[in-house]
Amino acid sequence: MAQTDAHALHPPTSTGLNTWKLGFWVFLSSETLFFGSFIATYMVYKSASVVGPFPTEILDIPLTSISTFVLLMSSLAVVVGLDGIQKGKRKQALAGLFTTVLLGALFLGFQAYEFTHFYHAGLTLQTNLFGSSFFILTGFHGAHVSIGIIWLFILFMDILRGPMVPEKHALQVEVAGLYWHFVDIVWIVIFTLIYLLA
Amino acid sequence: MAQETHQVEHAHAEGGHASLRTYVIIGVILTVVTAIEVAISYIPAMEPVEVPLLLALSFAKFMLVVLFYMHLKFDSKIFSRVFYGLSLLAALLISGLLLFHVVLGEYRT
Repeated sequence: MAQTDAHALHPPTSTGLNTWKLGFWVFLSSETLFFGSFIATYMVYKSASVVGPFPTEILDIPLTSISTFVLLMSSLAVVVGLDGIQKGKRKQALAGLFTTVLLGALFLGFQAYEFTHFYHAGLTLQTNLFGSSFFILTGFHGAHVSIGIIWLFILFMDILRGPMVPEKHALQVEVAGLYWHFVDIVWIVIFTLIYLLA
Repeated sequence: MAQETHQVEHAHAEGGHASLRTYVIIGVILTVVTAIEVAISYIPAMEPVEVPLLLALSFAKFMLVVLFYMHLKFDSKIFSRVFYGLSLLAALLISGLLLFHVVLGEYRT
């Protein structure tokens, strides 16, 4: 019921769809091209480095597997939170959103550790083509994760400090969730192409 | 009047979601598939089929998240067309650039 109300809150449109949500899907679609360009660049440059360290020498698959699992579980936490809002369950909504923020921060911690480790192993943005394309791609992904964490934390605080309004918060968390899941699917592609097929 | 009916039909087509149980099952499947992917990358015997297999599993995970967590399975078809259309363009961009790189490599040697 709440989810129907959430979509009925906007004025009538020619499509009958919420314009914010439709616009956000268009934005996410443009982001696929953004990340697609970086992934393509990485794939071309990864084996073109003249000096090391090379991908097979430095990439840590076990560590990245754990961080991938953390990000996948954060996606589950978002939908659990959204489900709580739609059903009017405040505790479930708060638990879902807080868990997402926590897991997102943990993922960023893994990435910070990885970047530091690579730096000490001699791989920087200027070392070789692999380093440049790797740090640009994963760095932009990390920046997207950071924005998602801030966005979801603001929504978490809004629900925590005031009354939960399913009609309003369901749409807000759904759109923020779309962004978060998009970040997740980008990582699914990165994990396979960059790490597993190194 | 006809336009109002059209809008109501679209509004009903938007905003459907899966159950909490389905979300958890999808989460478990994603975890298991990720574990399988990592295992494949470590098994030497899998080397001949490693690339197509890992790409297929990655695509399966991508689709599970998009269909269930992002609700495209239940939401308006307009969202699906927009997202799949540009995702296909991104895939073509990656493939095209890689093909160009391979051809250019041929010329270099």
